[in-house]
Amino acid sequence: MRLNPNRLRNHAAALLLSLLFASAFITTPADADVRPELKAGVFNPPYMAPEFSLDGTKSSDVTLARYRGKVVLLTFGFTNCAAVCPTTLATLAQARSGLGKAAASVQVIYVTVDPERDSVARMREFLAAFDPSFIGATGTPAALAAVRKKYGVTAIKQGSGRDYAMAHTSSIFLIDRAGKLRALMPFGHDPADFVHDIKFLLAH
Amino acid sequence: MRPHLLKLLMRVAGREWRRLTAIALSLLALGGIGWAALAPIVVTSHDELFEIPHGTYARRMAGEKIEILPHTIHLTLGLNDVLLLRNKDEVPHIFGPTLIMPGQSFSLPFAQASTYSFQCTAHANGQLNVIVEPTPAPGWERLHWRWRKLSNAVWHSPESHHH
Repeated sequence: MRLNPNRLRNHAAALLLSLLFASAFITTPADADVRPELKAGVFNPPYMAPEFSLDGTKSSDVTLARYRGKVVLLTFGFTNCAAVCPTTLATLAQARSGLGKAAASVQVIYVTVDPERDSVARMREFLAAFDPSFIGATGTPAALAAVRKKYGVTAIKQGSGRDYAMAHTSSIFLIDRAGKLRALMPFGHDPADFVHDIKFLLAH
Repeated sequence: MRPHLLKLLMRVAGREWRRLTAIALSLLALGGIGWAALAPIVVTSHDELFEIPHGTYARRMAGEKIEILPHTIHLTLGLNDVLLLRNKDEVPHIFGPTLIMPGQSFSLPFAQASTYSFQCTAHANGQLNVIVEPTPAPGWERLHWRWRKLSNAVWHSPESHHH
């Protein structure tokens, strides 16, 4: 086939015009005017966080009501946890450090899913390595199972013998100063995201 | 006018007309492709919504198998990057990564492209995967995204859902 110079010219002109036409639309993608304000997942509407009463590392009775006025970060785990719990607790400790004076308005509560091994003394020692302000909570297997049920938390024993593990929900519940369960931060967020959300909850 | 001259004029006019039509069509096609490849993707909502309909619990209790959440959810940063789960039933449901009260919704934003796995007791394998893909860049990626969206809308029926 012989190329017709006129046709080629026309096609080139068409291409050029098309690109000009398209370039008129090039801008950055419309950004998120409707994105949620928190980095965590948000409950809407928020309801009161289910109450509990457990044995604590700082007092014999850990309840949420005791910490009204503070933002409570509630998480579940076990002290023999190899990776998830140490990461979460280190992240929360860093977040508290990043909050400066506002850290006094934040309370971390760590509820065990392994009462068999996690005594109050064992939890106290474990948590002190991350942040001495953290509170551990334990109780009877039935009491702990009831708390997990209220929060939709799972904990499944894996393995046998002394070195068993517990597969457990790794998210962190964010409870505001009025005791409402406002949000849930999935595992894996960095301290800056917690700082952001805690500041938001302290202000709102 | 002589008949042979008229014929010649009509032939020339016809050729010109075909040429102009071809140019117009090329312009339209190239313009369309150019637009699809380069124009920003504008979305009215970032939410990817999944709902538990009213009466789900009762229907389940009656032995009906109800599937709502897929095992894998695909999201795209900057476009549909907020997983919105809503419970319109009368009882609390474990839905995806959390427990959601009746009438409540849970809105989970994603800020990084990655594959996320959540424990989800509603699934047989106990896991919900959320694959978050990066925002399609101008050019081939946007063109491909629009093509996939269009072909999904035209050809595909909704994926089989499991809750």
